[in-house]
Amino acid sequence: MSKITEAFSNGKAFIPFLTAGDPSKEKTIEFILAMDEAGADIIEIGIPFSDPIAEGPVIQNANLRALANGIHTDDIFDMVRDVRRKSNVPLAFLTYINPVFYYGYEKFFKKCKEVGVNGIIIPDLPYEEKEEVVDVAAKYDVDLISLIAPTSDDRIKMIAKTSKGFIYLVSSMGVTGVRSEIKTDLQDIIREIRKVTDVPVAVGFGINTPEQSKNIAKLADGVIVGSAIVKIIEKYGDDATHYIKEYVATMKDATRI
Amino acid sequence: MSKGRYGEYGGQYIPETLMNELLNLEKQYDFYKNDSEFQEELTSLLAEYAGRPSLLYFAEKMTEDLGGAKIYLKREDLNHTGSHKINNVLGQVLLAKKMGKTRVIAETGAGQHGVATATAAAFLGMDCEIFMGEEDTKRQSLNVYRMELLGAKVNPVYSGTKTLKDAVNETMREWTTRVHDTHYVLGSVMGPHPFPMIVRDFQSVISEEIKSQLFEIERSLPTAVVACVGGGSNAIGSFYNFIDESKVKLVGCEAGGEGIDTEYHAASLTKGEVGIFHGMKSYFCQGNYGQIAPVYSISAGLDYPGIGPEHAYLHDVKRAEYVPITDAEAVEGFEYLAKCEGIICAIESAHAIAQAMKMAKIMNKDDIIVVCLSGRGDKDAESIQKYKLAKSNNNSTNNNNNNNANRDNGYVGGI
Repeated sequence: MSKITEAFSNGKAFIPFLTAGDPSKEKTIEFILAMDEAGADIIEIGIPFSDPIAEGPVIQNANLRALANGIHTDDIFDMVRDVRRKSNVPLAFLTYINPVFYYGYEKFFKKCKEVGVNGIIIPDLPYEEKEEVVDVAAKYDVDLISLIAPTSDDRIKMIAKTSKGFIYLVSSMGVTGVRSEIKTDLQDIIREIRKVTDVPVAVGFGINTPEQSKNIAKLADGVIVGSAIVKIIEKYGDDATHYIKEYVATMKDATRI
Repeated sequence: MSKGRYGEYGGQYIPETLMNELLNLEKQYDFYKNDSEFQEELTSLLAEYAGRPSLLYFAEKMTEDLGGAKIYLKREDLNHTGSHKINNVLGQVLLAKKMGKTRVIAETGAGQHGVATATAAAFLGMDCEIFMGEEDTKRQSLNVYRMELLGAKVNPVYSGTKTLKDAVNETMREWTTRVHDTHYVLGSVMGPHPFPMIVRDFQSVISEEIKSQLFEIERSLPTAVVACVGGGSNAIGSFYNFIDESKVKLVGCEAGGEGIDTEYHAASLTKGEVGIFHGMKSYFCQGNYGQIAPVYSISAGLDYPGIGPEHAYLHDVKRAEYVPITDAEAVEGFEYLAKCEGIICAIESAHAIAQAMKMAKIMNKDDIIVVCLSGRGDKDAESIQKYKLAKSNNNSTNNNNNNNANRDNGYVGGI
């Protein structure tokens, strides 16, 4: 079992996200360690991209802030190396295909293994294009995490069958960002997934309140929260550590049902 | 490898939320492409509403003046809405309607594609929303009004560089929010499969007409076909029916901006690198660990950091040649055509005119160059005037900052 999948073996997993380099390299490391202490089961680290088409305004702006700080892929590998000195929490990158392609697939995934990144989520790499990286990711023990959307319908089984690590179930239409309500019939989709695989299913997009976290935890194996955390970072900047820790602890607590 | 490939280029690098919609679009297009009723309806729209076939005009004075190859102009500027964009838009909006969609969305740079989409939506009774970079809405406020007049809602885009690239991002984001009743009318031969194929098919009417019109007059094929390239739709339309005619030279003119040795250009084939963005593998202006670079051109229609995948392929296999044309050369072509032939062309098309001016002189008198005049230049007249004014101030005061002033004040036009 991969390190990412293992993270689901102690109850429901809580998976927070942040954008690397927002507001700084040092603070990103501090925030990741704080999330680990607060009970995060897997942490998603965003490698910023100039044009993140799956993101809403909150994470778009975090990407731009990080890039304005001059953060780049090698800095982020260095950060992960620093995190690994103090923490064993499973880590997954979230980024777009171009930064990975530009770095070089072989070099990128080799580096992931070297510094201790366990998974990767690439929103603009659908099933049809996954052969770009699927072999090289596997070679370096990095789980290429598949996304399933409310519109996936007849594609659900095909995607689920070859999934690794966990399945990222997109809760809603549109882009990332907090939502007051999640209307998709997640139960139906999860039932379809369960017919072909035991790979854990985590739900993301729009989740921000403990109540939502609790409701999702009843249906799925994990809860992913991004924009709500990035908003805290946007608001408190260098002083966000305490607030992030508190928020992650509360949200994780809500998943214990 | 996935479908929709031109060599290694193309593909479908797009969020899962859109995949079923793209697959459905491809399926529906495959059906309607061979449906005689659809084709008849489109042909009649193109003829009776858009004014096709467009003229193939012999530019006699230009030919004499340059003293070399004969120059013909394919007058896409005379189409309804003033550019080649209508060819694609009528096809896609009609297709969307057949697919049961009730709403269309589109990106636009300076407004030509937005105006064409708003026009087709008004005519075919669809709701329409256009996404346009905030910078561009300011530069082209008249086009914003034209789109609104046609019943479209224009959404300024505040993200990123607030120009065409960001307008594409935002239209894709909007599409992921609402696919069930909405079709994204992509404006060029770019984006994920099947768009590069669909847009190329709808634009290939340009080269189909050039071929038969020129044969009628000259009983021969052209020696060269020249067109400007941003995303590359008028160029692929002009090239397509000549790709298998290996003797016909195909030349695409990229935006060289202030020169390809500066940072201020949009020459993705000349200076870019292979990457994956906006749903396709192709060449992009990029750097800094794969971040998409901000680009610049006097022409907003060419001010895009990438190029369609079929062009990337034609470039690699050396079937077509791609050359950069600077702002200054394009403005010279713009003025030359106006004075010589009495035609005010779009500043985009002026890039192709500038290239034809270079080529004609060194070719034989029995050679033939066909230039695609992709759009008309009314939209650019004011901005070129300002550009000239800034340049002449620059010369008289020797103030090097005037170039920057030109860029920053957005004295640009375009598609």
